Amino acid sequence: VLHTTRPLHTTQQSLAPVPPLPEKGGEVRHGLIPEEFFQFLYPKTGVTGPYMLGTGLLLYLLSKEIYVINHETAAAACILGVIVYGIKKFGADVAAFADKLNEEKVATALAMKNEAIQALQTAIEEEKKEQWRVEGRSYLFDAKRNNIAMLLEANYRERLLMVYNEVKKRLDYQVAMQTLKRQKEQDHMIQWVEKNVVQSITPQQQKESIAKCILDLKALSKSAHAAV
Amino acid sequence: GPLWERPLMEVRLGELHTWLSTCSFSPQGLLGAVQKAWSSYCARYIHVRQGAPAGISMLLAGYCLLSYGWNYQHLSKASLGSPH
Repeated sequence: VLHTTRPLHTTQQSLAPVPPLPEKGGEVRHGLIPEEFFQFLYPKTGVTGPYMLGTGLLLYLLSKEIYVINHETAAAACILGVIVYGIKKFGADVAAFADKLNEEKVATALAMKNEAIQALQTAIEEEKKEQWRVEGRSYLFDAKRNNIAMLLEANYRERLLMVYNEVKKRLDYQVAMQTLKRQKEQDHMIQWVEKNVVQSITPQQQKESIAKCILDLKALSKSAHAAV
Repeated sequence: GPLWERPLMEVRLGELHTWLSTCSFSPQGLLGAVQKAWSSYCARYIHVRQGAPAGISMLLAGYCLLSYGWNYQHLSKASLGSPH
């Protein structure tokens, strides 16, 4: 549940980046007693003070039987011996192995961080490029406007052509009708005139015209004979 | 700083009883003190880059001492009851 009324990030302190771990832990002598104890006793008793204290305490505990020696003491001594031997022998190797594991983890995290940074850089460059491209907006719109104007013009001319063709077709039809009608009238009239003329030529007129033609031919032939 | 805000390590021996009188002995106070001690121990000996065996060995030694203290009655009775 997020209380949105609570102000966030009011102080400078924040949880990230996490402060790095210290390199080495507190100093411990013989693996059991921290160094501070020795420093605490140093001003009064010098260097051997804590050791004398330890020996005296041990003898006191043993003599007063506050620490009884039984089979567990022997077992504890053996176990301690084995542990100390193991640590002394394999400590460095185990430490190196653990360090290697840590290194790998840190390396993967670092690689991811670098990749993320790289990706963001490329994104920034792409964005800048886009912003540069935006400046060419006017050219783009001019080109589009020209395109549209050309389309409109082409369409308009197409339609003009269509109208012209249709009107021409209709006019051609009318003209063809008229010529046909005139031709038919002409033919009909010619036929009718021929028919009437042929009808009007009676047999009497036919004989007279043939005789006239023969006389004309004879006269012509006489004139031709005379010319030759 | 003032007496009641200093950690135990920086209190001098003479001022010990005054310091004890200032700290709270309620359950929350005791729990807070235990938690602070544990977290400071962890930060000092366990959460470091190069850990040493001292971190856990001190805990194990403390556990050994505590268990010896708890079983002292039984152990002393066992050793006295069968002296060879």
